[in-house]
Amino acid sequence: MQSIPYQAPASVSEAVALLGSDAEARVLAGGTDLLVQVRGGVRKPSAWIDVKRIPDLLGVSVEGDSIRIGAATPAAVIFEHPELQRLVPGVAEATDLIGSTQIQGRATLGGNLCNASPAADTTPALIAVGAQCIVAGSGGEREIAVEAFATGPGQTALAQGELLVAVRIPKPAARTADAYLRLIPRTEMDIAVVGAGVALTLGDDGTCTQARVAIGAVAPTALLLEEAAAALVGSRVDDDALARVAAAATAAARPIDDKRGTIAYRRKVVGVLAKRAAAIAANRAQER
Amino acid sequence: MARMHVETTINGESAEFLCQPGESLLDALRNELNLTGTKEGCNTGDCGACSVMLDGRLVPSCMVLAPEVEGRSVGTIEGVAQGDELHPLQQKFLEHAALQCGICTPGFIVAAKALLEKNPDPTEEEARYWLAGNLCRCTGYDKIIRAVLDTAAEMNGTNGAATNGAAG
Repeated sequence: MQSIPYQAPASVSEAVALLGSDAEARVLAGGTDLLVQVRGGVRKPSAWIDVKRIPDLLGVSVEGDSIRIGAATPAAVIFEHPELQRLVPGVAEATDLIGSTQIQGRATLGGNLCNASPAADTTPALIAVGAQCIVAGSGGEREIAVEAFATGPGQTALAQGELLVAVRIPKPAARTADAYLRLIPRTEMDIAVVGAGVALTLGDDGTCTQARVAIGAVAPTALLLEEAAAALVGSRVDDDALARVAAAATAAARPIDDKRGTIAYRRKVVGVLAKRAAAIAANRAQER
Repeated sequence: MARMHVETTINGESAEFLCQPGESLLDALRNELNLTGTKEGCNTGDCGACSVMLDGRLVPSCMVLAPEVEGRSVGTIEGVAQGDELHPLQQKFLEHAALQCGICTPGFIVAAKALLEKNPDPTEEEARYWLAGNLCRCTGYDKIIRAVLDTAAEMNGTNGAATNGAAG
């Protein structure tokens, strides 16, 4: 690990060229997953490509009809952004849940997506708000919906030589809000046993007109649940609709048994969290 | 593999060192710069013993590669006291006996200083959450939290009740 060469390109094109010429080179963003994996012998990269000198990958900006988060922006910077907190509080909540204060100063949104852990906290929150990954390759940029970005544990839709540049979140429409909840057995410093993100829009009469429900840590990748969303649309987000959201989330979950939770427990809890996140999102939407 | 030459700022003063490209900032501080106040605990980003400031942001130095700090600004425990004069946090850690073996202490001081700079009057809950990534196997945390809250009270000129309010 000590002798792995280090490079810090200053532009996306330079980074893409480096990644394209060396399939074993690894992007170094916050390093909080990658350095642990390399020290543990799980990965043996041929080069570190530090992307934190590339201006396009840094910072949060609200432009026109979208919010853009650079892929190498640390969680703390995202959470501290007042306009992002106001526009997409669920995404802000998810970034605030990741790791300790120290880890939040390093761990990036792009790293959370590219590490592709089934339990990544930002992923269900981003799926709920309809976020897109902006990916650069030698042929230019393309967009991948966050729900299609992770293809399995540790696996992504990135082709060799491609770099995740940013995440673009559509600015929420009127009376639209989101929420993210996760369960861990303690109050801090743990990995999600279950996570659920919901974004929804209310009409003037309080009827839900649009919804997106996503769940994490209960399948090989985070899942976008059309049936749970359908249970909300047309309802007043009442107890009956929330019960159907919970049932849909429980039915869709395909969790594993491990030290963090059993299959039965995760299936039960994912319904509870999806229901509660929907209720919080509806309350927030009502106040807008 | 050729060693890399890194120019940076450490505790407000320019510094340069040679390192392996994959060496951690923690190792470079301790082994190349002889700044051994920053401690290695887990080397996986979990324990907070190696906490430093990087461009004004609290980070675990085991999760930073040394070449990354080229042109950046690093703050370590060595920069907390002013000469022989302890920082109020250091003084309060002594007064409250907020340390036993001392391995976690530099990380706690650096992290607590970052907290008080961001939030000069934290609640006990805020202090406990902020410091949740600093592990201590000796004190049971309570004395540490008392020391941090007492420091805040003293620095804010509101000393008195705060020391008694932090029972775990």
